[in-house]
Order: sequence, then C-alpha cells, then structure tokens
Amino acid sequence: MVLDNIPYIPVADGIDWTVDKITDWFSWLFDPIKDGFGWLLDNSADYLSMVPPIVIIILVAILAFLLSGKKFGLAAFTIVGLIFVHNQGLWEELMFTFTLVFYASLISVLVGIPVGILMSKSKLAENIITPVLDFMQTMPAFVYLIPAVAFFGIGMVPGVFASFIFATPPVVRFTNLGIRQVSKELVEASDAFGATGNQKLFKVELPMARRTIMAGVNQTVMLSLSMVVIASMIGAPGLGREVLSALQRADAGPGFVAGFGIVILAIIIDRFTQNLNKEK
Amino acid sequence: MPIKVENLSKIFGKKTKEATKLLDEGYSKEEVLEKTGCTVGVNRATFEVEEGEVFVIMGLSGSGKSTLLRLLNRLIEPTEGSVEIDGQNLATMNKEDLREIRRTKMSMVFQKFALFPFRTVLDNAEFGLEVQGIEKEERTQKAKEALDLVGLGGYVNQYPSQLSGGMQQRVGLARALTNDPEVLLMDEAFSALDPLIRKDMQDELLDLQETMKKTIIFITHDLDEALRIGDRIALMKDGSIVQIGTPEEILINPANDYVEKFVEDVDRSKVLTADKIMKRPETVDYDKHGPRVALERMREQGLSSIFVTDRSRNLKGYVTAEDARKAREEGVSQLSSIMKDDMPTVDLETSIQDIFNIIHDAPVPVAVTEDGKLRGVIVRGAVIAALADGNEVNGDGA
Repeated sequence: MVLDNIPYIPVADGIDWTVDKITDWFSWLFDPIKDGFGWLLDNSADYLSMVPPIVIIILVAILAFLLSGKKFGLAAFTIVGLIFVHNQGLWEELMFTFTLVFYASLISVLVGIPVGILMSKSKLAENIITPVLDFMQTMPAFVYLIPAVAFFGIGMVPGVFASFIFATPPVVRFTNLGIRQVSKELVEASDAFGATGNQKLFKVELPMARRTIMAGVNQTVMLSLSMVVIASMIGAPGLGREVLSALQRADAGPGFVAGFGIVILAIIIDRFTQNLNKEK
Repeated sequence: MPIKVENLSKIFGKKTKEATKLLDEGYSKEEVLEKTGCTVGVNRATFEVEEGEVFVIMGLSGSGKSTLLRLLNRLIEPTEGSVEIDGQNLATMNKEDLREIRRTKMSMVFQKFALFPFRTVLDNAEFGLEVQGIEKEERTQKAKEALDLVGLGGYVNQYPSQLSGGMQQRVGLARALTNDPEVLLMDEAFSALDPLIRKDMQDELLDLQETMKKTIIFITHDLDEALRIGDRIALMKDGSIVQIGTPEEILINPANDYVEKFVEDVDRSKVLTADKIMKRPETVDYDKHGPRVALERMREQGLSSIFVTDRSRNLKGYVTAEDARKAREEGVSQLSSIMKDDMPTVDLETSIQDIFNIIHDAPVPVAVTEDGKLRGVIVRGAVIAALADGNEVNGDGA
C-alpha cells in the first residue's frame, strides 16, 4: 500500500515538545500570572463568600429589577433561584463559579473586542485570524485543559486560561461583524466631515456596532460558564466540581442539584447581559 | 473659482495604467472592461464651478456621477487628474490637509441621509464641529443656528428615527451647514423623498441659496430636478461628461443623441401637448388691417412678430415688426406684400418633444392650428418652462 509507505509523522510528539518548551521558556511569565492572578481569584471568591448571602440576593434582585426595565419577572426569578442554591448548600460553590466566569469573560472581552476591531480594519488580519478562531472553537474544549495545566498547574488560573481560549471567539467575530456592518454611508459621512480614524471608530462605528458586540459578549459569557464547569476537571472549584464528583460516584441526585445551580446562574447571567444590550 | 477639476479619472481594478492608456487611445468603457477587466468609473472629467453656483451633475445610474462627487472630496481616491479648491490640489495633498479641507471647506449631504441614529438631531448637526474639537458651547450654538435655518429648531432633542424623511434630510442639510463650508456636495440628496416633499426641499434649497450663496455641487438622476435647481448642468454617460451647459442650452441644443434621449425621456415632454402650453394668439386680419395696425398691436403686446389670419381665423402667415415698420415708412398698405408664411405650425396634439425640435431654429413662435385655423401660439420660453417646471403652463385659453 502506498499509504503505508508514508512514514509516521510525530505530530503529537511535536506538540508535546512545543508545550514543554513553552512551559520552560515562558515560566518567567506564567509563574507570576499563576501566583498573582491566582491570588486575585482566590481573594475575590473569598470576599464574595464572606458577604452575607441575603445581601447579595437583594442586590442582585434590585439590579435585575432595574435592568429589566422595572419589571418583576427577572427579579422574582433571581430571588427564588438564589435562595434555592443557598438552600441546597451550594452558595460557596456558586460564588466560586461566578468569580471564575466573571474574570474569564472579562479577559475574553478585553482581548476580544480590540482583536475584533483589528479584524474589521484589516482584510489581512481577518484572513489570518478567522481560521485561528475556527480552530479555537472547534477543538474539543477538554483539549485546552492539558496545556493549561502544563502552563499554570491546577486550580482556578488554568480554568480561566482554558475558558479564555474557548470563549473569546464569539466576541471577536461579533465585533468584526458589527463594525463591518456599519452602513457605508455612515462611514462616508464621518470621513466626509473630517473625522480621524479614532474619531470614526469611537464616535460612529463602535456605537453603531454596540448591539452586535453585546450579542457577542453574551455568547462569550455563556461559553465561559460552560468552560468553567469543564475546568473543574483540572481542579477549578465551584459548581462544576460538585457535578464532577457526583459523576464519579454515579450519584444522580447531587449531580442534578449542582446542575440546577449552573442553570440558574446561566439564566441570570444571560438575562442580565441581554438586558444590558436592550437598555436605552 | 472655488473648484477646478481637470482630467479627473477613476478606474476600478488592477490594471489601471493599461486601462488609462486604452482610454487615451480612444477605446470605449466596454472595450476597456473587456481588455483589462477594469471598470471605468469616471473618465477624464474636466469642469469648473463658479463661486455661489449650483452645479448639477446628472446621469443615469451607473453613469459615474456619484463616483465623480466622491472624487471631489476624495472619499474615493482618484486614479488621475486634479481637483483644485482655492488653489490647492486636493487629489495629491496629504491626509492632514485633506482632513482640514473636509472639515472647513466642503460638506456633504447624502442620499439616504446618513444620520447617526444614536445621536439626537442636535448632536448630529454638531458632528462636524465636534470632530474639529470645537467647544461644546460654540458648536451647540452653531448647530442650533443651522437647525433654525432649515426649520428644525424645535426638534433638537429628537432622534432621527422620530422624524419624517424630509425632516431627516433637513438634519442632514443642517449638519452640512453647521461647518459653514464653501462647498456643499449633495449626493442625490432629495431622491429618497417622495415627489411632493422633494419639490418642497428643492424650493427650500433655492431659498436658502439666495442668502447663503454657497457653491453647491448637486448630483441627480432626475432631469426635472436638474432643470429646477441647476445654474449649470453637466450630463454624464459611461463615466464621461458629455455636455455642460445651462438648463436651456441642454434642452435646446443637446450635444449628442444621448443628451437628446435624456431630454426625450422627460415623461412630461411626451405627455404634454401643444394645446396645454399654447397661449391665445395676437393676430391681425389679412383683409382689414395694414402694417400700421400690426405694428401697433405688436408694440402693445411686446411682440416682435404677429400672425395674420383671415376673417374666419384661417392662418395666412406672419409679419415681423421690422418689415411692418419698413412698410409703414414706405407707405405700403397691404399686409400681403410683407407677409411671410414660413412659420412653423403644429397641431393641438403635437407633443412638446416635437415642438421642442421645431422651435429652437424657428424665427417666430410656433403656430398651433386646427384644420388650418389658428388656435394658439407657443413661445420658446413656454416649452422650456413646461419641461423644467412640471406645471402645465397654460395660456389664457385658446
């Protein structure tokens, strides 16, 4: 057979080697990130857990009420949902999961929007970045956990890292799309009145693309949440870890209860980010 | 001379050099496309626009008129040629200078208004000054003045989506005027409006122009609009300017078949017929009257010639004031000896289009007859007014 004559290509070894080398070469970078960011994550989650749950529930409910245009639906759901989580003894896990999602999506958005802007401005950048995004999104999320552990050990930091890779593409894509969709006449108008590139971006393109970008942010946040749950496999604390341990013990009850907690958090986060988009 | 355009060309595609060469050798737009794959957007446009002039660039879609307008403020980069404004060549200047020109000397009004939907009417009007970094107070004041000018002083806090199309375009106009530019570029500014509003806006623009005296370059595909508002009109076809002239010159003396077709395409010229624009004729009676009466009537009515009929109003001919005067001095009493009969005559149903073709080299007004009887006269002005105005220019009966 012809095919058998092609010698085996050691792709896996190559990647192993690369990951090892990156771990070695960039340890000066990864180690401080691991320590510093780990410290920030731990402290944030701890402080959040120290706030009396009732205070958080009331604050979130008020925010829900205001964000949803002074309607009671979301606020009521928030109160009932959060009380349920507390009642099931998963409050601290919820706080950890929320902290992870918050930081992971924050980083994704902070990196993703500028990259999206770059893509929208340069055809070359778009041609290069698009396949990278495709790769990032289609590779099974679990795979990212492996180098994440190599770079950052176990715990919350590699979870955030893996989540960043998995969850950033939507906000990049939507930012690019949103800016490219700004009508040609509006772009011409801002040029015709002598706006500089930055003025055009901040005064016309970003405001026009705001809704599309926010839809991307919503997607990114939801993907972060799903990844943060998976990240429990590499020791990230939170609701995901409860699901994982229930799975390992084949214990349906606690598994579903922790799952409900994730669903409740997901719905609250989703509605919050969507209402943020509708506002005004 | 605020704007002087010379040999301005835009060729879209990769082999622009080759395409330019082919154009120089006289190949047509289609041939250039076939040979090089390049689309000729604008082909060596040359014209000058006077200060305070309304210069209309007219053409069908695809004629390159919008491209030409965008070459003037370099929203599209020219392939060749120059655009001089106040002695500076816009086509070659650096980005900073270009931005300065766009900020202070040229403003643009867009076909679909291009208002910023997330900004209030006032903030939209302020945009031009805002990007210049003008203080909020000053720019608000100037924007309000511009909005007052277009009659939107009471809508400053509304959003564009809350306004009608006509009002939105007023905001677009106010936004362009806030900068107090020398030149206004208007890209089919009224084409998206319904006909009645469009006419209002045309009138309003002309009213504003009375006081503003801006140099306006106005793009349109609508001949009526061009005739109404243009001091001069440039007609474009396939990227080239085929004729530049006053509305009258364009109508009376179409430079080629294309222009003639365009003029022909004015619907009204087909619909309107002689009886709609003719006036009651002044006549003298062939049997009764002599040169003296003819001359007197011409003097009264301010005419240079008068038609001659018989008792039952059958058209016999015409006499000119000059001939009548001569006849009076020589003591000739018969009209028949000085009467000429080479006047153009048409039927009641003759279309304006046909009259138009007859009238521009006729020595006297066109006579409208029915079974040989004179029913009315048509003067050159009435034809042009009818073509230009859209109103039926009815005489006082026939």
